[in-house]
Amino acid sequence: MSAASTPIAAIGETRLLPEHVDNALISEQVSRVTETEAPLGWWIYFGISLMGLGVLGVSVSYLFWEGIGAWGNNSPAGWAWDITNFVWWIGIGHAGTLISAILFLFRQRWRTSVNRFAEAMTIFAVICALLFPSIHVGRPWHIYYTLPLPNQMWMWPNFKSPLLWDVFAVSTYFTVSLLFWYVGLIPDLATVRDRAKSLTRKRAYGAFALGWRGSNRHWRNYERAYLILAALSTPLVLSVHSVVSFDFATSVMPGWHTTIFPPYFVAGAVFSGFAMVMTLMIIARQVYDLKDLMTMKHLENMNKIMLVTGSLVGYAYSMEFFIAWYSGNEYERYVFINRATGPYWWAYWWMVTCNVISPQLFWFKRCRTSIPIMFAISILINIGMWFERFVIIVTSLHRDYLPSSWGYFSPTIVDIGCFVGSLGLFFTAFALFIRWLPQIAMFEVKAIVPGSQPSHHGPSHHEAPAGAPALATKEA
Amino acid sequence: MSEQSKRPLLYLAEFETADQIMAAAEKCRDEGFEHWDVHTPYPVHGMDQAMGLPDSRLGWIVLACGLTGLSLAVLMMQWMNGFDYPLIIGGKPADAYPSMVPIMFELTVLLSAFGATFGMLGLNKIPRHHHPVFYSDRFEACSNDRYYVSVEAEDRKFDIEKTKAFLEGLSPSHLELVTEQEES
Repeated sequence: MSAASTPIAAIGETRLLPEHVDNALISEQVSRVTETEAPLGWWIYFGISLMGLGVLGVSVSYLFWEGIGAWGNNSPAGWAWDITNFVWWIGIGHAGTLISAILFLFRQRWRTSVNRFAEAMTIFAVICALLFPSIHVGRPWHIYYTLPLPNQMWMWPNFKSPLLWDVFAVSTYFTVSLLFWYVGLIPDLATVRDRAKSLTRKRAYGAFALGWRGSNRHWRNYERAYLILAALSTPLVLSVHSVVSFDFATSVMPGWHTTIFPPYFVAGAVFSGFAMVMTLMIIARQVYDLKDLMTMKHLENMNKIMLVTGSLVGYAYSMEFFIAWYSGNEYERYVFINRATGPYWWAYWWMVTCNVISPQLFWFKRCRTSIPIMFAISILINIGMWFERFVIIVTSLHRDYLPSSWGYFSPTIVDIGCFVGSLGLFFTAFALFIRWLPQIAMFEVKAIVPGSQPSHHGPSHHEAPAGAPALATKEA
Repeated sequence: MSEQSKRPLLYLAEFETADQIMAAAEKCRDEGFEHWDVHTPYPVHGMDQAMGLPDSRLGWIVLACGLTGLSLAVLMMQWMNGFDYPLIIGGKPADAYPSMVPIMFELTVLLSAFGATFGMLGLNKIPRHHHPVFYSDRFEACSNDRYYVSVEAEDRKFDIEKTKAFLEGLSPSHLELVTEQEES
């Protein structure tokens, strides 16, 4: 083992996992979480989340009873927190796909410790995201109008509307993410099944493990399926947030009608998603003591990605401002000056401080490797990205063309309840996930442990043919 | 264990390292078995060549599904918006293609993903919860940290004595004959 790390050290790289990590330790550390009593930390986390979920139940029930007038939305600000929350949640979901699919295609092996986590986060975030447009329609029992189903009006949906593209993009995204996540879980569910002591556990995990037996004839198709799903998810994730940005970009609102939106939204989505993965990972790592598998190296790599995407977002903010001035369009110019200095100036500067300035601390290695600092910055980024969507949506709408139709949006208690409640839904689902499912992709981590792959290929493995010169290998 | 009285199902040879299982797989391949398999806790690189397996056919299934999704999207939108109930929006022709591209893409991806997932399950013939390897008490370690070669009794070259001798020659850490179990 130490011989295998010599070439790694020679090129100045450190190993991804500590030296003592082997296959049995990985199975033990990850599966143990689902087999033992939950620690106190989990109950505290779960309890708080469940209260949040209760808030959601109350808020949404009241909203359905009263109608969406219970929100602060008005004319001209017909979209406000609801769509802000939708875009924010979708963006958070995107890091999961990025980590699981794009980093897979780029053979970034450090992803194996975090991808399961991030994929679960994607699923729960997309559920929260889907909630908001559904309750925003006002009469949610008519939501099926958005689907191409025969209905009593004898009309079909308008396929030229980006809102309809969104229906297809987000529901496809949810389905594909769920399939990707489940396919990844199958071999690990088999591990949990094989370790199970009670028949109930064996049956419950076994049913979902589909009788997986680690057969190489299966791995062959399995790995191909995984590759194809990754290759499909990569353009999908870019398309989903592009389509979300089309909701704005195809309109004629100043501040929305820009071609920079699709890449700008995608960068922001990745940025906020990584921040949310970081927040959750730090909590789970502390509560469940998984420091051998989620190492500082993993956290540092993620911080580097946040630095890059945060700077991209900062570039987009300044370019947007510059183009607004350069366009010579007075409405466009006004919207941007109004964002920074108008009635919502505080939201704009929250956004800039959290998203552009705070991640710059990650230039320093001391900040990149300090748990308290990265935890604080990840929370700040989550806040900042929420404000970004709020700024884009509300500051553009509240003062558009005619000063006579200007207005101001303030949230009501129901707005706040729905948002806090969606956090409750997300964290409750996440708490159940880390309690009952393998939260690290065991088989993928095993595959990158030193010595887990054959040292070399070819027919002469152990004994060189008599008389032939001995092959020089790394082990020799 | 009265091995003679029960019908033999397969030999299960256990190995401890990836290098050993690779070497064992290559020898089994060269021996000319057909109904045999390698079981590993994670995909081992190069095992397909070591077992002499052809490339997975999954890609073709996915391609067919993806093209189906694309065609369905085109037919659906053209028929609904262009023919059955023409909608003129934004002064564009009712059957304009450019605005249909996003949904064409999404449905292509959706059906391809179904093809990849269910195609994989279909090619692997799972779910299947009753494979004979599960009769072994040691096989549970396969999803943890052990590697196995299984040679099934239905193989043409399977012979209780000869196959046993052959597998012992691969120096496994454990060798076991899995036999038919009485229904419990």
